[in-house]
Formats: sequence, C-alpha cells, structure tokens
Amino acid sequence: MVTLTINGREFSGASGQTLLNIAQKAGIDIPTLCHSHAVSDYGACRVCLVEVEKRNRKRLVTACLYPIEEGLKVATDSERVIKVRKTIIELLLARAPDSNDIKELATKYGIEASRFRDVTETSNDNCILCGLCNRVCAEVVGVDAISLVNRGTRREVALPFYDETNDCIACGACSYICPTKAIQMKDTKEIRTMIWPNSKADFKMQQCESCGVHYAPVKQLEYIALKSGLSVSEFNNCPDCRH
Amino acid sequence: MVNIEMETCRLTDYADLESYRANLQAKKTENKVITICCGTGCLAYGASKIGQSFKDEIKNQGLEGTVSVKFTGCQGFCERGPLVVIRPENILYQRVKPEDVSRIVTETIRNDLILDDLLYTIPSTNEKVRCEEDVPFYKKQLRLVFGTNGYIDPTSLDDYIQAGGYQALNKVLSSMSPDEVVDEIKISGLRGRGGGGFATGAKWEITREAPGELKYVICNCDEGDPGAFMDRSLMEGNPHSIIEGMVIAAYAVGARQGYIYIRNEYPVALKNSEIAIKKAEEKGLLGKNILGTGFDFSIKISRGGGAFVCGESTALMASIEGRTGEPRANYIHTSEKGLWERPTLLNNVETLANIPLIINKGAEWFYGIGTGNSKGTKIFSLVGKVHNTGLIEVPMGITLREIIYEIGGGIPGGKKFKAVQTGGPSGGCLPEEKLDLSVDFDELSRAGSMMGSGAMIVMDEDNCMVDIARYFLSFLEEESCGKCVPCREGLKRMRQILDRIIEGKGQDEDIELLIDLSESLTMGALCGLGGSAGNPVLSTIRHFKDEYVAHIQEKRCPAGVCKPLIRYYIVEANCNGCSLCIKECPADAISFQGKKQPVKLDQDKCTKCGACYDICRLNAVEVK
Ligand code: SF4
Ligand code: SF4
Ligand code: SF4
Ligand code: SF4
Ligand code: FES
Ligand code: FES
Repeated sequence: MVTLTINGREFSGASGQTLLNIAQKAGIDIPTLCHSHAVSDYGACRVCLVEVEKRNRKRLVTACLYPIEEGLKVATDSERVIKVRKTIIELLLARAPDSNDIKELATKYGIEASRFRDVTETSNDNCILCGLCNRVCAEVVGVDAISLVNRGTRREVALPFYDETNDCIACGACSYICPTKAIQMKDTKEIRTMIWPNSKADFKMQQCESCGVHYAPVKQLEYIALKSGLSVSEFNNCPDCRH
Repeated sequence: MVNIEMETCRLTDYADLESYRANLQAKKTENKVITICCGTGCLAYGASKIGQSFKDEIKNQGLEGTVSVKFTGCQGFCERGPLVVIRPENILYQRVKPEDVSRIVTETIRNDLILDDLLYTIPSTNEKVRCEEDVPFYKKQLRLVFGTNGYIDPTSLDDYIQAGGYQALNKVLSSMSPDEVVDEIKISGLRGRGGGGFATGAKWEITREAPGELKYVICNCDEGDPGAFMDRSLMEGNPHSIIEGMVIAAYAVGARQGYIYIRNEYPVALKNSEIAIKKAEEKGLLGKNILGTGFDFSIKISRGGGAFVCGESTALMASIEGRTGEPRANYIHTSEKGLWERPTLLNNVETLANIPLIINKGAEWFYGIGTGNSKGTKIFSLVGKVHNTGLIEVPMGITLREIIYEIGGGIPGGKKFKAVQTGGPSGGCLPEEKLDLSVDFDELSRAGSMMGSGAMIVMDEDNCMVDIARYFLSFLEEESCGKCVPCREGLKRMRQILDRIIEGKGQDEDIELLIDLSESLTMGALCGLGGSAGNPVLSTIRHFKDEYVAHIQEKRCPAGVCKPLIRYYIVEANCNGCSLCIKECPADAISFQGKKQPVKLDQDKCTKCGACYDICRLNAVEVK
C-alpha cells in the first residue's frame, strides 16, 4: 500500500496505480481527453496535468500516467496547474472549435474564446489527435486499421498510406470513443461509410436472408466468424430472425 | 620488424595488451608524420585526393619508412580545410590544394623550409602562424577528448593502442570492482554532454542498482542540432575511445549488450565505428571473454532515420526497438526501465569519450578542471558571425568573451556583437551583458539558455532577434513529433504569432501570449524537446524585448531584417547622383535627377532587395 496526499487529504492505493486512478475513485475531478480505462495510457492531451511535490521540488505531471509514490504531495488545482491547463484547453479550442466537449471544458475553466482565434486555422476537422481511436482499434477491436500518420503539425488520423483497401471492419468503436466526434459513421441501407478525419471508406452491409434488413457490416461478421471459429453462414440471419 | 601474426592475435590478458603496445612503439621507424584531416569537412574540400597525392609523392621521392602519411579525423578547424599537419613539429598548412603536395614534400619534409603561403594568417595583424598550437583558434583550447583526433587514423586499432588506448579498460578490468568504477565517475563530477547535464556517475549507479539480469548500454550519436557535429567528429575520428568508454560503462553497470545509435546521415561515422567494433572484437577487447577476464560485452550499431526528436531518450529507445521514434512519458527513468523495459544506460558520444581519460588520469584530476558543478571540458561548435568557426574544446568556466573573441577571433567586418545562441535550437540567446558569463551548465541555464549539446551561434547587429526566434521555432515545429498538445499546437501558434509580428501585424498582447505558450510548453510538454522549445522565444523576450516592442508598436525592425517592416531610402545629403544604385536596382525603383543631384527612390516600386544599400559607397542608402 502506498500513501499519498491529494489536495491535502490522505489517500492510499496499491502500487502501480496512477494518480488518476486514485483521484477518480475519490471523486476528485481531473479532466481527461486521451484517457480511457479501455485502452493503454498515452499522455498526449496533457489536460490531466497535476502538480506533484517530491523532495521539495514541484513539477507538473500527467495524472493518467504518473504512478503513485509513497509520501507524494499532489495538488490537482494549484495556480500553476490551472494556468497551464487553461492554455492547453485554449489551444484545443482553437483546433476543434465545434466540439461540444471541448467547448464545455473551456466554459468550465472560464475561457470565453480562444486567444488564438485570429490566427488562421489550418485543419478544422475537430480531431484533437488524442489517439483514442487508433488505440481502441488496435487494443480492443484487435485490427489496427487506423493510425496517426506523419509528424508534428502534419500529424493526422488516417488509414495507413491513405489506402482505401484496409483492415477496418466498420465496427464503429473508434467513432464511439472519439471525444470530439471527429469520426463519423453513416449507414444507408446497403452501405456503412466510415469517415475519419483524413480518410473515408465504404462497407457492404449484410442482409438478413429472412427479413431482408441490412443489419451489420459484412467485414465485421467475417471478423467475428474468424475470431470465434463460427462459420460465416451462422450470420445469414439477423439476430431477430435467428430465434 | 612487424610480426604479421602479432597483428591479428587476440589479446588474452592484461600483460598481453601492454606488451603489444610496447611492441608497436618499438617498431616505429618513421621520424616524420604527415597527417591529413579526412573528417567530413575536409573531405568536402577534397582531402582524399590530397592524401593520395602525398602517398604517391612520398613513394616517388623514396621517403617510405622515414615519413608516414596518416589520414585522421576532424580537428575542428574545418572551415580552413583541407588541413595538413606535419608532426612532430606540428606545422599546420591550411586550405591545401593537390598542386601544393609535391612542394610540401620537397621543401618542408626534405629541407625543413616553411611554405608561408599555406600558413594560417591572423586577420587583425596579418601575422603568419607556423605551429598548430600557436594558431589563436587552438591556443585557448584544452583538447583532452578531441585532441587525439589529429594523431590517429580512426580505422587503425594499433594507432589507438599506441596512443595509450584501452589502457583504462585494462586498469578497470584488472584492478577495479564495478562499484569502484561507478564511484570514480561519481567523484569526477562528469555530467552528461548530450543536453540534460545529468550527473553521469549517478546515472551509472541507478542503472547498476536497478534489478534485472539483462541491462543495456546505449551510445547516443543522434546529433540533430543544426550546425552541431562534435559527436559525429568524435565517432568518425576516434571511435575506439567511445567503444572503450562503453565497455567500461557496461562493466560498471553490469550490461552485456550495447548499441550505438547513429543517424544514417553520418556515413563516415557509421563506417569507422563498424570497423572499430570489428577490430576490437578480433583483438579480444570487445565481445566474448574480454581480455581473458570472462567479461562479455558486444556492441551493435543501430541506424536512425535522422528525426531530431529521436535524440530524446525514450524516442531513441523506441526507434532501436523498431517502433515509431516517439517519446513516451518517462516518470520511470530509462535507467530503470528503458530499452525493452530493461535497465538501460544511455550516454552520449562525448560523455563516453571522457570515461577512459577519467580512469587513466584519475577522478581528482578531472575534478580539478572546470568550475562549480561543471567539470572537465566541453566541445562546442562555434558558428555564425565570428572569424574562426569550427569545433572547439574548452575547459568549463571559460567565458563567452574568450570563446568569441580569442578563439573565434571576434566579429568580422567591424560589426557589433549582438547575441550568442547556445544550446542548439531550443537553447537561448544571450546578449552582450552576458559575455563574461562563465560557460558551464548552471550559469547558462540561470541566464535563460543552456549547454545543450554545445552548439554556439554568434550573431551581430545585422541579426534581428525576432526573426532569429522565429527561425528556431519553426525548426522545432518541423521536428516536433506531434504527440502532445502544448508542443504540437503551441509551437504552431507561437510561430504564427511571430509571423504576424514580423509582418507588422503584431498586437499588444502578443508578448504575453508568447510567454504563456512558452511556459505551458516548459511545464506541460511530454518530452524534453517540447520542454525546452520555449527557450528561443523566452530568452529573446527576456534580453531583447525592445526589439519585439519596436516590431509590435512602432512597426519597425531595428536590425533592418524583417522585409515587411523595412524601408530603404536615400540620404540626400550623402548622395552625389553617381547612379551606381540605379544600375543595380532590379525593380527600376531609383531614378536619376540630374548631375550632382541626389537620386530618387520610389517606395512603391522598391522590392527591398537591398542591392542599392550594398553597392553605395557613400552611405547614401539607408534602411530603417
Ligand atoms: S471502425 Fe474500423 S477503424 Fe474504427 S475501430 Fe472499428 S475496425 Fe478500427
Ligand atoms: S479522431 Fe477522435 S479519437 Fe481519433 S485522434 Fe482524433 S479526436 Fe482522438
Ligand atoms: S513535447 Fe513535442 S516532441 Fe515531445 S512528445 Fe510532445 S509533441 Fe512530441
Ligand atoms: S532595395 Fe532593391 S528594389 Fe529597392 S531601391 Fe534598392 S535596389 Fe531597388
Ligand atoms: S488524459 Fe492524461 S494526458 Fe490525456
Ligand atoms: S574535417 Fe578537417 S578539421 Fe574538421
């Protein structure tokens, strides 16, 4: 057991847990954008910064990655934390001005408008490059169909090599996990279209042999068949008609 | 005479190495050595052709056996290359051309006559300097690590051994425990030369104490700073000193596998280190059962793609593991969990090259050089507006003024010094008031700059500090990996703000905005690249705020650099209508007004190319 203080209150937890784990359990609010318990941590959005004090030295660290340590003093809303966090939120607001989550976060921190509004925006697809979509795809779905390509300011979410032939099974997990709704999933009867910030692909939907409804992407069913060892013909009927 | 058997045999114990060394010394027959620098700089000026001509000429004149020709690594004065030094007198000939070779052999080698035209001339006094050590560029230097470069052929293990090589390894393996080695390095006060300045001994200790059977030692030769090339020059010119340092480090921390991470853009360094590894293995100085002690350590070379961020420790390790060279949060130090999650010691080239010296001469000796918390020497690459540019090695604690005015020979063209940028792209710019600052880790960072890897760029009155800040920032923006928000988005915004200041559209709140963004980078970025990326902006705001204010409030660039803000005009009192500028102007912006009448410059047509300013002899064109 490791004992530490957060905002002056004492907490303890098993070693290996992160500051965020402890804080969330205790109901202490730390904003996060690139963290999800479903996937590994990544440390990219930096809004979860908190201040830790060790051997009389204070510094800012990301709560989602920092492993708890005996005797650590943590402040989740010191002046420095708030100042840097606000600047980061402002940067995100300038990048994704239409995202409701970001706007809410900004309002919460008293940011009316980003001070960077005057500088010309280059990409305005609302993607904040948090890396949740590619991590969920690789780690949860297990197909690794999309990635963060390029370096620096040219970084973007895309299919590898921007190639339309891809491993995506159109499950939609990436779209659900995206905090800024930058990935869209559009179903028309026979086709599901996945639209990522910088790529797009169409997928055929499986039609139920009995009722005729288009109920799931063919590639997703094939993937489930492959993983589960079921035969593809098991999926000829939609869940309703199977019974 | 040389025994060929001797050349290829494995050395199986300590005494073996020492008698091998004695043998090498005894077999020496030559009384003169002509060294030709074949570092990357001199090669670019045609050194290899000159080297070959020397070999031919020595043969033709029947001097083989008494005069030897040696191709060495970089000696730092690349700007004056190709360099030829005749030893033991150390006569330095610079900018040597192939047609000079035969007269050098005839006159200097045979008849001891000096060829004045090939000597270095001091610009201020026109005095010719004969010996290497008397050239002002070298005089104030203390070349402990780098000096050997000029004496050995980097592809020859025998050369290195003759110069005392692998003596430190011998000492360590025969008489010191790993703990004693760690202590020695701790006592020496050596700090990492790669950028962070972390205490080397402490790092070794952490790695040594970290639990785990498998440990690694990595040598970082991924120098990415524009203009910095000390690691390359050491790796090219003296690879065995680095290998020796690595083996000692491995023994101290308990590692059996090492990596040298070299960028692909360094072909000579790659080649020479490969040769060195092979030769050291053949001799039993590397690989299995080193010097018969049962200690095993091998080294592999890992090639990097040349991304600046790969110099960052976690990114570098990701890259060796074959993953994208992207940093990850290192709240757990790589000394404990690094390459493949194993304890890993990462030291840079220059740090490792210091190790054999410390072991040979002792920690106290090393501790005696330098200042306060910065011991030993540091290699800098001195570039920009100084007479002498190149790689210099100086004791810590030397002042910036000594470096710039004595070693560098001052600012050319009678211009005024304005700033020196130290620490590479994410370092800071220091003004004239800081010239007497003692150059060491702590003083530099206190002044808002840093030691970094040792790049030093001198700027004069013609440099605009806002423009400079923008230059470094856009370099960093290009090199950011893009993973975290303060760095990726912050750098972009900072560059955009600087752009608008330079265009004359700066707003009053811009300085504060830049400071905010820099601070959020310093405190909030994931890795060291982002963490120091605010320095160029913060330091220029700190020391040259007036230039920012002039750009923002008066829409004026005091140095006359930022095109949207400058205006060329004719000083009528000085102009005699000579019309030189009229012929020079590509935009037809200047018109003749009659004999002895000042010319007229049409601002609407002027493209601000500066041609008229450069050509006018009467100071009748000015810029503001
Ligand atoms: S929809 Fe495609 S890209 Fe998105 S998580 Fe599923 S498989 Fe991956
Ligand atoms: S698309 Fe969404 S989930 Fe993916 S990186 Fe962008 S913001 Fe994050
Ligand atoms: S600070 Fe910059 S280079 Fe470092 S991880 Fe963040 S984005 Fe990448
Ligand atoms: S600055 Fe160039 S374009 Fe302008 S007047 Fe002088 S020569 Fe002509
Ligand atoms: S949630 Fe911690 S860095 Fe994004
Ligand atoms: S390459 Fe010859 S002095 Fe540097």
